[in-house]
Amino acid sequence: MAFKQVTSPHAHSAQNTAKVMQLVLLATVPGLIALTWQFGWGSFINIALASVTAVSCEAAIMRMRGRSVSFYLRDYSAVVTAVLLGLALPPLAPWWIVVVGTVFSIVVAKQLYGGLGYNPFNPAMIGYVVLLISFPIQMTTWITPLALLPLGTVHPGLIESLQIVFSGYTPADGVTGATPLDTFKHSSGLLADQIYAREPLFNQAMLAGAGWEWVNLGFLLGGLILLSQRIFTWHGPVGMLAALTLMSLIFWDGGSSSSPGSPLMHLFSGATMMGAFFILTDPVSSAVSNRGRLVFGALIGVLVYVIRAWGNYPDAVAFAVLLANFAAPFIDNYTLPRTYGHVDRRRATEKEDQS
Amino acid sequence: MNRTWVTPGGVHPPENKHQSVTQQIGSLPIPDKLVIPLSQHIGAAAAACVEVGQHVLKGQLIAEAAGVVSIPMHAPTSGTISAIEHRPIAHASGMLAPCIEITSDGADSWIEHQGISDYEHTSPEKLLEIVANAGITGMGGAGFPSAVKLNPGRQRPIDTLIINATECEPYITADDSAIRERAGEIVDGIKILSAILGHPHNILIGIEDNKPEAIAALQPHVESTGISIVVFPTKYPSGGEKQLIYILTGKELPAGKLPADLGMVCINIGTTYAIKRAVIDGEPLISRVTTVTGEAVGTQRNYDVLIGTPVSHLLAHNQFDQERCSRVIMGGPMMGFSLPSAEVPVVKTTNCILAPSYAEIPEDEPAQPCIRCGMCAEACPVSLLPQQLFWYAQAQDHDRLEAHNLFDCIECGACSYVCPSNIPLVQYYRSAKGEIRQAHDEKIRSDHARERFEFHKARIEQAEQEKEAKRAARREAAQQAKSATATNGSSGGSSAADIIAAAQARAAAKQASPEDQRAKLERTIAATEQRLQLAEEKLAEAVASNSDKQSVFSAAVENTRQKLEQSKSKLAELAE
Repeated sequence: MAFKQVTSPHAHSAQNTAKVMQLVLLATVPGLIALTWQFGWGSFINIALASVTAVSCEAAIMRMRGRSVSFYLRDYSAVVTAVLLGLALPPLAPWWIVVVGTVFSIVVAKQLYGGLGYNPFNPAMIGYVVLLISFPIQMTTWITPLALLPLGTVHPGLIESLQIVFSGYTPADGVTGATPLDTFKHSSGLLADQIYAREPLFNQAMLAGAGWEWVNLGFLLGGLILLSQRIFTWHGPVGMLAALTLMSLIFWDGGSSSSPGSPLMHLFSGATMMGAFFILTDPVSSAVSNRGRLVFGALIGVLVYVIRAWGNYPDAVAFAVLLANFAAPFIDNYTLPRTYGHVDRRRATEKEDQS
Repeated sequence: MNRTWVTPGGVHPPENKHQSVTQQIGSLPIPDKLVIPLSQHIGAAAAACVEVGQHVLKGQLIAEAAGVVSIPMHAPTSGTISAIEHRPIAHASGMLAPCIEITSDGADSWIEHQGISDYEHTSPEKLLEIVANAGITGMGGAGFPSAVKLNPGRQRPIDTLIINATECEPYITADDSAIRERAGEIVDGIKILSAILGHPHNILIGIEDNKPEAIAALQPHVESTGISIVVFPTKYPSGGEKQLIYILTGKELPAGKLPADLGMVCINIGTTYAIKRAVIDGEPLISRVTTVTGEAVGTQRNYDVLIGTPVSHLLAHNQFDQERCSRVIMGGPMMGFSLPSAEVPVVKTTNCILAPSYAEIPEDEPAQPCIRCGMCAEACPVSLLPQQLFWYAQAQDHDRLEAHNLFDCIECGACSYVCPSNIPLVQYYRSAKGEIRQAHDEKIRSDHARERFEFHKARIEQAEQEKEAKRAARREAAQQAKSATATNGSSGGSSAADIIAAAQARAAAKQASPEDQRAKLERTIAATEQRLQLAEEKLAEAVASNSDKQSVFSAAVENTRQKLEQSKSKLAELAE
């Protein structure tokens, strides 16, 4: 009797990459619901457009590389990139914005570096930053949240939204407006309390900014689901949120006219929660060890605050994540865990330095 | 209650232990032919001491231990030696190795043997000798000769004896069922171990909480013996020696150290039973409890199997269905290795034969790219970064692999088990370890060669320099002689005197100056002293290992010493 020879271990847990990716997709649902509820169908359309583009690009590249198209599409990683980019883009952005961003994410940021597992930068954030730098107007035009819509008006319906996206027709002025971070940044000379009293974006909100706080709560919920499923560890998100809180506490300045905003506003505005739980947790481009991910997250938290408070852009998650991606190998070098039976942690480049 | 500590990482694969403990330990008919590999352990292979055609009795010595770290082998049943040759053995590589084949005579008649019941009043040396002569190795997996482990000698005294009853691998119940049915004998074995080690302060039986029946069976036997049963939560791989030591004592075994360096000895519980049989019953290790399990066999249960029984014999008596079977594994599903064929024999370390169906252990899925999700790092029981090790193993970056502590990997397979991309991580690490070891050996060899070459070069250069110096000295002497005659005598017809003077000068130059002679003697003395020291070291080694070359070495030492004396006295003469 001759048997098949296989190396140990023979047993394997039921987990696989496709399931991990599907779970990530599922966890974006609360955030997507909040976005659709507060800002209309735009994000929904973004996601659909981005997904179709991403899957087509991925399939085309795989064909060009002579790899099995079905095998690589089955890992759902292209869809995850597309969905994250779609969620990050402003609702009702013109269709070509979505397509250009997605093509750049998949083709340049992911596949040209070798495909899944080899990209040094977060592909969705590369796509986002390329768009933000190239098309600032389209990228900073946000729909007015539900609570601030003029009485008797509603967000455009699905059909109307599709028309807006594909015709390039810009929605009326009352339908678009500034984001909370934008508003706060451009209200210099006023005390925080005055801004809060004056701006409906703030006085119609519970925590941070009308509409936006719901979106952030949605992503926080999704993130907690992923955390409970052990898709990632707490280190990255906690590092970022803690650093952001600490920075905004230090520079809060009692809400003076030069204050860059309260911790609550920073935590529940902009892309904070989405960044903390869905962007910086991309394992491919982040630091690897738990300690490393804590440092990586904290670096992003600090950078987000620095750019928001003193930079030119109102939000900063994309830039902060990309800068931290650069730093990840450096962080890895100094954050190896201590192995059983060793007195101290080692450095990754220890042996090279000796010789 | 003894306190326990929690190791990092670990996984909880389905245990699948209940199937094989529904029946008691069974026995099988004696196979027609038994194949006993001469190497079933860590250390030198045993040396056969029987001849083909010779009749042997059950328990008779058939192969002697070859050296200190080795074990003897005994006939598992009575019969005739029918072959001594290379056969396929249970090894992941499917390699052939020397084996003794016994054709059973069916009588199963024992050789005369006698145990000692009064082990308490027997010297530890005598007990150790019995253990060594019974051919006992660690029966948990690695197969380290037990007598060597129990005789840590030079190290500090043993204060903790750990009995490993963890059996953390899924499916395997060999230790579990042995404890349930043989708890009394096992505890006797532990008491013998205690006597050998000079009654260590702590005797701990470490066992996972998924074996309540075994714990209950042990309980009455350990009462008022000073032996503690320490129960801890089930988690793979708690049964690794390093992990168990940490769980029970909170101490980590420093990298590169042995448990004895911490004053500990760790023995598998199956081994304690073999030790009891050896000491009290006088029986060598010729059988062991092995679990036969998996959905591709009809009956899943434990058997007391004779060492050397072909796996095919076990399978045939258990309604094995090869159609349903995805692979046959010796050991468990985490660290066991798949067998090339069913003709390989059961050895002293075989705790399980697992024949899973395709539903239980499906074919491996193709590996996907690593996304560095870090699930492997969360599962690693020794806090490595498997995803980084994988990356550097692919790149064959040996420096990075060593800096990431590749050699601390215990190959438990927890990382591969959780990997969502189905990457055979452990296989990469095994291969990388092999590559690094090979590169290391080659480096040592090439360093040697380089040193030899450089030394050779230096020696030739030195010889050349010395020659050159002599030539220069001769030239100078000739020059001096010439100028001396030039100033002394008339320049014209004194050519004969010139020639004589020149010849004298040459002779003087040839006869080395006293300084030169002394230097030469001193060099000789230094070299001889070095030789003497080397010879003395060799002699000491020979004495220590009781080698028969003692006389040769002592003659060499005497010789060298005489030469040294001679050179020294010459030097003294010269000084006068």
